[in-house]
Order: sequence, then structure tokens, then C-alpha cells
Amino acid sequence: MTVTTAPAPKAISKTVAGKTVTMTPEQAEAFGRELDALKDRVIADLGERDTTYIRRIIKAQRTLEVSGRALLFGGIFPPFWLAGTAMLGISKILDNMEIGHNVMHGQYDWTGDPALSSKKFEWDTACPADQWRHSHNYMHHTYTNIVGMDRDIGYGILRMSEDQPWRPYFLGNPVYAFLLMVLFQYGVALHEMETERIKSGEISLSDKREILEGIWRKTKRQTLKDYVAFPLLAGPFAPFVFAGNMTANLMRNVWSYMIIFCGHFPEDVQEFSIEETKAETRGMWYFRQVLGSANLTGGKLFHILSGNLSFQIEHHLFPDIPAHRHAEISEEVRAICERYGVPYNTGPLAKQFATVVRKIVKLALPSRLTNRAPVADAVPAGV
Amino acid sequence: MFTQTLTRRVLASPLVDLLTGPHGVDRYTELVAPTWTTGDARAKIVAVRRQTPRSVTLTLEPNRAFTGFRAGQHINLTVEIDGRRRTRPYSPASAEGSRHIELTIGRHDGGLVSTYLCEHARPGMVVGLDSVGGEFVLPSQRPRRVLFVSGGSGITPVLSMLRTMRAEGSDRQIAFIHYARSAEEACYRAELEAMPGVKVLHGYTRATAGTDLDGRFGPEHLATAMPNPDAVFVCGPPALVDAVRAHCANVLSESFVPPVFDIPAEASGGNITFADSGVEVTDDGRPLLEQAESAGLTPDSGCRMGICHSCTRRKTNGVVKNLITGAVSSAEQEDVQICVTVPVGDVDIAL
Repeated sequence: MTVTTAPAPKAISKTVAGKTVTMTPEQAEAFGRELDALKDRVIADLGERDTTYIRRIIKAQRTLEVSGRALLFGGIFPPFWLAGTAMLGISKILDNMEIGHNVMHGQYDWTGDPALSSKKFEWDTACPADQWRHSHNYMHHTYTNIVGMDRDIGYGILRMSEDQPWRPYFLGNPVYAFLLMVLFQYGVALHEMETERIKSGEISLSDKREILEGIWRKTKRQTLKDYVAFPLLAGPFAPFVFAGNMTANLMRNVWSYMIIFCGHFPEDVQEFSIEETKAETRGMWYFRQVLGSANLTGGKLFHILSGNLSFQIEHHLFPDIPAHRHAEISEEVRAICERYGVPYNTGPLAKQFATVVRKIVKLALPSRLTNRAPVADAVPAGV
Repeated sequence: MFTQTLTRRVLASPLVDLLTGPHGVDRYTELVAPTWTTGDARAKIVAVRRQTPRSVTLTLEPNRAFTGFRAGQHINLTVEIDGRRRTRPYSPASAEGSRHIELTIGRHDGGLVSTYLCEHARPGMVVGLDSVGGEFVLPSQRPRRVLFVSGGSGITPVLSMLRTMRAEGSDRQIAFIHYARSAEEACYRAELEAMPGVKVLHGYTRATAGTDLDGRFGPEHLATAMPNPDAVFVCGPPALVDAVRAHCANVLSESFVPPVFDIPAEASGGNITFADSGVEVTDDGRPLLEQAESAGLTPDSGCRMGICHSCTRRKTNGVVKNLITGAVSSAEQEDVQICVTVPVGDVDIAL
């Protein structure tokens, strides 16, 4: 008979902005209890206010979409084209971020409304909702920032961590990053293909046949809608509608790319090794979520347009509570973090994104050319 | 009429589906008017009456997505309370095929939806009409001498049958016994008394002033109303249904009180596989729905008493038992109501 004992929980230390942050198993347990209590309080309070909020956002999104598309039919007049494109772009941003991403997290499943059901919702982008639910809700949110497990670190094409071994291919890091930004909806759609595993021979293309078919079905309909059907309906003004739709998709691509990259890649956000997260307790999981995420500061409208992913830390702690609640609890989360000496990474978009760009450029070069020690070298304390 | 048909054709066309994708046209039209949907059956409350202190009578105007019901069946009504959708089965009292649906909802003590509707229903409110079901219906070959019996809010499906038969103009002999706690709590009293050609008898069981019949249903009540009817339709508490069955032949019944489950003394200990979720649990003897919920799953459900079919799932393998009917299902690929179904050994459910 084989007896396996789980390894005893141990303290984890990380160096953040030159300071050592340590979380012992006892601290982690108390930290987790406080966060659990906060979550329970919010869940007990969910009700009509939340349903009304998301329905108002949905109504605004659909109104912007219909008005934007209508204005684009008159797109030969520049003010109409500009207004129509802007409205359609904002509509797509709302659809994907504050509505789609959050509804698919199950934030509104408790309402029992099929239109707000995480399992049934489909969004206005190339990526099929069911594939997103697997790669994002399950893989990324469970294994956040664990190098080798969280495929959101570089999406299989970029080098976003010192722990990813450098290859000459990564000299093109800034170029790939730029292309991913412009074509973001297709990058997201292809995420579940796991092309890097196909390339390495770990799996074959035929293993991904169903995934590819799903991507093709969804992308085909999205393309037909934005680039064939709506332009054709405009008759002689087809080029204006085509260009407007393309620009709106580009707006959404660039915006969501910036917000999402600012969630986990700004300076001082920590990565973790598989070794560090073995037999991880709930409290340590919370600790990893805070150290592995970064917030953005801004006004109310900015938060809505970011899908409240500007509260990335709160989102990663509690991915299934309605996102508009994240702003409300952020002060309390921050206070809890301060009490346990856990750094709370936040800053304005321009500053955070600048550090992301710097990282993309720096990691194009081999680690020995840069001065920072790889993260995996961090030694767990108390060993 | 022509424009309406055209509008519906256009809204249901593949082109409109593509243009409004991926959400679908209903998610846009409902923002103009909540009942303007082609796929989701919904209704607007157009009138609210409070006939008795413990009930509310709603007149609903269904949209075109609603495909109707047969007299005696129930509709799964969805109401949103504090941001959450709640679904409960209610039997309409209106005649089959009428433009409006009439519901009379009795307030159950501690009942979330019935209490909410009694207190807050108002004209203009929109409700969902999720699905229609029930085997408690009139036979297509209408019987000649019919006795209807109802107790409390069980009056609605029986009244629907009565109104349907009268709307058909049939010259049949009809008697109707309705039991209520008191004259004050008897719904539709004035309407029934004014109905020509139907023998109506009221039995009041608590405050007996004005009662036509004394005590509970028995041979005397039957003799007074209609001896040897061709068919009896009864809806009410289980005790009433049992009493009618004991004294009459050819009875069709429905009871609206949750039956007490005869849970097997021992759990089968079999392996339950919720295949779509990739979850496996060991059977503890409770209905599949409860075991799925304990495992952290959130399958659709409604009445939890085996009548609304909201929770119906495909059993792909294994043997299960229906706690209400006692029916054992051993065939592969059968739909089962998971709220009233327990495993008999290993079972795979598409959930």
C-alpha cells in the first residue's frame, strides 16, 4: 500500500518593487477568511439592483449598436460616419467587456434569466463563447500567473515572463504584440487551439478538429455580418459601412487588448512556479490572485468601458460576483491587503500600459542581457 | 393582419438572425416592448382583481409566441422577484382558446411567488409563460354527464374545463361542487351562481354560513350533485381527491399539494455521473436534482414536485425510479424529471 501525504503548507516570499513580501500559512488562512467573509456579504446582498444595472448596460449597448449601424448607412457624410463608427465601437466594447465577459463568468446566473446565463450567452466577437469559458474561466482563473499552466502568459506567441526560456523567435516580440493588438479578436478566437502545443508535437492538429470547427462557424457568421451583410444592405454606400465596421472592430480590439494586458503584465506583477503552488490553500490562492493582478484607476465611465476589469484584483478574487460590485468593495479589499502586507498594484492606464510595453520590448532579448533575476529563483521562505 | 404576418416573417428570417447575431432579434425587440418576442412566450397583465382575501385573479394578454393550452393543463409562469426569476405552475381558469388567460392564484403561507403576486401584481407587469404541461385534460370525446369537484385554488383547471365545455355550446349535463373554507374565500361564487344550466353546489368547511353541503365529500354530496356521472374531474388537496376516488368511477384528478416522497430506506450507493459537467458523486438516496445541487451544479428546476418539467434531463444509462409514480426506468436514453427521480444503482445523466 502506498501512503501519500500532502506536502505541508509553507510560506511564500516574493520580491515586489525591491521589498520582500512573505505570507505564512497561518496568515494566509486568516487572509482567506476575511476575503471569504467579504464575498459572503456581497452574495447575500445581490438582488434587483444588480439585475437593473446589467439590463441598463445591455439596453445602452443595443441602442448604441442599432443607432451606430443606422448612422453608418449615411456614412458618406463624415460626421455620420464618425459618430456611427464610434457608437458601434463602444457598443462592441460594452458587449464584450461589461456584458459578455462578466455574464459568461456566471456573475448573473443567480438571476435565473436565460439572457444572463453564463452557459447560454454568446458575444459579439470571433471567439466562440464555450471555448472562452474553458480557456478563461477555468484555465486562466484557476492557474492565474503560474508559468507553464496559465496560457494567458503570452498566449502561446509572446514572451511575457522571464521564466519563459528565450528563443531567437522572441526577437519579434514587439511585432507579434502589435499584430495581436490589432487582430485581438482573432487572437482570442484561436487561443483554445493551443498552437504552441501543436507546434511542439505534444498534440496533433486532428486533436483540435472540433475546436477549429467551432472557431470557423463563429468567425464565419461574424465576418458575414460585419463585412458582407451590413455593407450590402447599404447598397452604394457599402464601402462606408465596411470601413466603419472594420474601424469599430479595431477600436474594440485595441481597447480590450490594452485593458487585458494591464491586468497581469504591468511592472511588479508576480508570476509563480508550479512548484510554489503545489498543495496551495485557499488563502494562498487569494494571495496569488492579488500579487498576480493589477488595477487601473479612473472615472466611472472608464471602469464601465473596461468591463470593471480595472478592478482586476477584485475580479480575480471573486470572479463570479457582479463586476460593478468590485468598485464598491475595492477599498475594503485594499485595506485587508494592507493589513497583511500584501502589495496592491494600481495606477492610471497610461502608466501601467507603459510598463507593459517596456516589458514586451525587454523580453524580446535574452534574460542575460537584462539585469533582473528570473522569478523562479525566488526561494520560498522558511525552508 | 397582413402586416403582422409580414413582420413575423421578416423577424424570423435567416438574414435578420445573421444581422442581429449572436444575440438574436428578440434581444433587441424586447427593449422596445418586453412582450415583443418571437421565441419567448410572455404575457402582459392587463387586469388584476382580488376576489377573495387570500387570492388574486390576473388577466394575461399573451404574445404570439404563446401556443396555447388545453383546459385543465398548467402553465409555468415566471415572475421576477428582487432580481431573480421564479417559476411556478399555475392552471388557467379561462376557457381553452380564449384570447386572454385568466389565473387565480391562492396565497400559500410562506409561498414566495403566490404571496408576491397577491401583494404586488398590477396591470402592465410582464410575466414569462415558460411551458405548458399536464395530463389533467378533457377527453376529446366529451362525456355526456360530467361532475366537476374542486377544493380551494384547485378550482381553476376545473373551471377552465367547465368554461370550455360551455363555450362549445354543448347540451351536456354538468354539476359542479366547490369546497372552500368559507363563503368569503370561495372564488368565482357570483359567476358560478349566474351560470345557467349548471348545477352549482358550495361546501364551506370552516365558516359554514351559506353552505349547500355539510362536511366533507361523501355519498350524500354525490347524490345531491349528480348520481352516477359519466366522468368526474377533481382538483384539490389529496384528501379530497382520495374521497372522490373512493366513491366514483371514471375519475381524472390533479392535486396541487406536494406529495410526501416515499424515499427508499437505503441509498443505492451507486455512482451518479453528471456527464456534461464531468462530476461524479455517490448516490445518497435523495432526488438527482438535490444531489446535483449539493455537488455545486445549478441545473434548471422549477416546481420540485414533478409537475413542471423544467428540470427534465436525459438519462443516458442506468436505472432510476420516479418517486411519484413509482415507475422504474431502465431503458437507455430516457428523459427523466430529476427533481423526483432517484438512482437505482449506477446512472449517467446528461447534466
